[in-house]
Amino acid sequence: MINLPLPLIQILIGLIGILAFVGLNGLVLVYLERKIAGHIQRRPGPFEVGPHGILQPLADAVKLVGKQLITPKGADSVLYWAAPIISFAPAIVCFLPLPFGPKLTNIDINVGLVLILAFTGLNVLALCLAGWSSQNKWSLLGAARDISQSVAYEIPLLLSVLPIMMLSGSLNLYEISTSQGAWPWQWHIIYQPLGFFIFFICILAETNRAPFDLPEAESELTAGFHTEYSGMGFGLFFLAEYSYMIVACAMASILFLGGFNGPIVSGWWWFLFKVYALLIVMIWLRWTYPRVRFDQLLNICWKWLIPLSLINLLVTALFIKL
Amino acid sequence: MLDFKLDEIEQSGDFYTRNFQPTPEENKLVLNMGPQHPSTHGVLRIILEIDGEYILRAEPVLGYIHRMQEKMAEVKTYPQYLPNMGRVDYLHALAWNWAYAGAVEKLMGLEVPERAEYIRVITCELNRINSHLLWWGAYLLDLGAFTPIMYAFADREIVMDILQRITGSRLTYCYYRFGGVSADIDQKFINDTREFCKYMRGRFPIYKDLVTDNIILRKRVEDIGHINLETCRKYGATGPVLRGSGKPYDVRRAEPYSVYDRFDFEIPVYDEKDALARYLVRMDEMEQSLRIIEQALDSLPEGDYIHPKTPKNPKPPKGEAYFAVEGARGKIGVYLVSDGSKSPYRLKLRSPGFSNLSLFAEIARGTLLADAISILGSLDLVIPEIDR
Repeated sequence: MINLPLPLIQILIGLIGILAFVGLNGLVLVYLERKIAGHIQRRPGPFEVGPHGILQPLADAVKLVGKQLITPKGADSVLYWAAPIISFAPAIVCFLPLPFGPKLTNIDINVGLVLILAFTGLNVLALCLAGWSSQNKWSLLGAARDISQSVAYEIPLLLSVLPIMMLSGSLNLYEISTSQGAWPWQWHIIYQPLGFFIFFICILAETNRAPFDLPEAESELTAGFHTEYSGMGFGLFFLAEYSYMIVACAMASILFLGGFNGPIVSGWWWFLFKVYALLIVMIWLRWTYPRVRFDQLLNICWKWLIPLSLINLLVTALFIKL
Repeated sequence: MLDFKLDEIEQSGDFYTRNFQPTPEENKLVLNMGPQHPSTHGVLRIILEIDGEYILRAEPVLGYIHRMQEKMAEVKTYPQYLPNMGRVDYLHALAWNWAYAGAVEKLMGLEVPERAEYIRVITCELNRINSHLLWWGAYLLDLGAFTPIMYAFADREIVMDILQRITGSRLTYCYYRFGGVSADIDQKFINDTREFCKYMRGRFPIYKDLVTDNIILRKRVEDIGHINLETCRKYGATGPVLRGSGKPYDVRRAEPYSVYDRFDFEIPVYDEKDALARYLVRMDEMEQSLRIIEQALDSLPEGDYIHPKTPKNPKPPKGEAYFAVEGARGKIGVYLVSDGSKSPYRLKLRSPGFSNLSLFAEIARGTLLADAISILGSLDLVIPEIDR
């Protein structure tokens, strides 16, 4: 019997649980996305595989796994195949400090917020590598777009999170959750409506969701950075995108919507409910709006979001000091 | 890790690629847009030279769906060539039907019964609405909005069902004959069309609120792709492109054919010259088409739907004829030369899409890649029509 230290076992169990959670959520989200898109577009969405097409994402996943992995001619194969893994792996880490429920936190560390912000930033690197190593000009353009977009939107994202740190006095996500009450008027969103608004726009841009899906703009750049990927290479990018969406919405619900706190009985169900409500809003936006242009995207960030979030930060600081 | 050799690149590709002459500018990227790009609506290929995302040069390369439509006419008899016309521009097939039938009738001196003219007007305008609806959906797809095309298709479905009952096909119609149309319309067609007009009128405000007035869409189409009248004149642009540049030129008014002079309708014109102007012209045109259809249905005369003495296999007398109609994309012209035999001596098709695409190279210069796609969409291109 090997004596493993307790935190290591904890992390291992956590990782396995998270992988299962991410995989399952990926399937649910694919189904949700296609079904909601269908209903928005006056059609039923997937309907053939299983009752109401409920097994469709599973069939898609099997298809993706079974597909041949093609490395394009002239591509840097090491970087090319490293990119989807680099994109997906940090997404797993981001789930570690998330407090799913009052007793459901994998690692209760006091810099959870910083950890998530740091690891989500790694995704840019992966997309950059993917675009660069594909030996495809459309991918390269997609990667170039993604870098300037992510770098620009990370600033208002951080600036909109800072007031929450001031309000709760902690970087620990569990403590941020518990600093809010059960009822909606006790949540941070009441003190930070502008912050929430900026944060939500920023996570749309950071996760490359429409109307800010420029790095993979289908009608402009064919598929942007993942044009050349086949099979699970594409599948991992896809899964990573959905994972980051879940992480981003989880962050939004922890920071602004009280996390697992909810009316009547607090618990993980409230957390999941809030996360999925936000995810549905993201899906809804995607199937409603056209895509913005690149200079407009950066204008929104530099001319509106950053000044507004700075003002928000200063006003919050002033009120706390008073 | 560039491991393929330079001479390998030089030997690959087609004639155009091998003989491509890049501009002398430094730091540019040569990019092939198409023939399998989602926003080229078919097999159009555009060679782009870009600096960052700014386009230095855009050069359309044509011919990927060239089917020798003009040559085909020379080896077929006059009626045999009729089905070809539905394939030239599959979106506004009836206008092409009309242009060809009109040219042959002109050559033969064949009188078209009044009822047939009215039927032609009604069906052609229905087809125009269909074409504009598809353009609308596809254009928004180019701009990244996925949903409107589904609504456009749902509306198109009604028109296609109506036309299918009469013409027998849903897309590539071959309905017009020399001296009339192939089948008469019935009461159900009239009722369905009236119902569709009412339904469609109710849809336009919804589309305006949801799509046209959306701020993101406005920012994507406003002040983009200015085409002044001089450019239009140089390249021979017609249709909504010309009307979006402030010139109220419409073949239905400028050179009235058939019974169009009897209807009261407006030619939508916008002076802004940008993609939004072209967008609005098409949206307004659909409403005007509905007006024409309703008027034509109100005053539909009785009588023959085809000239009773149309020869089965016509041999028009020696001579030449030109007939132009207003298609969804602009002026469609058919120039026909007959040597008195069973098949045309020469047939020239003037497709509006070709002229409209030609100016793209000029107006795309200096724009962003995303804007170029918006401009390309606003020209409403149908590639089979351009290549013929």
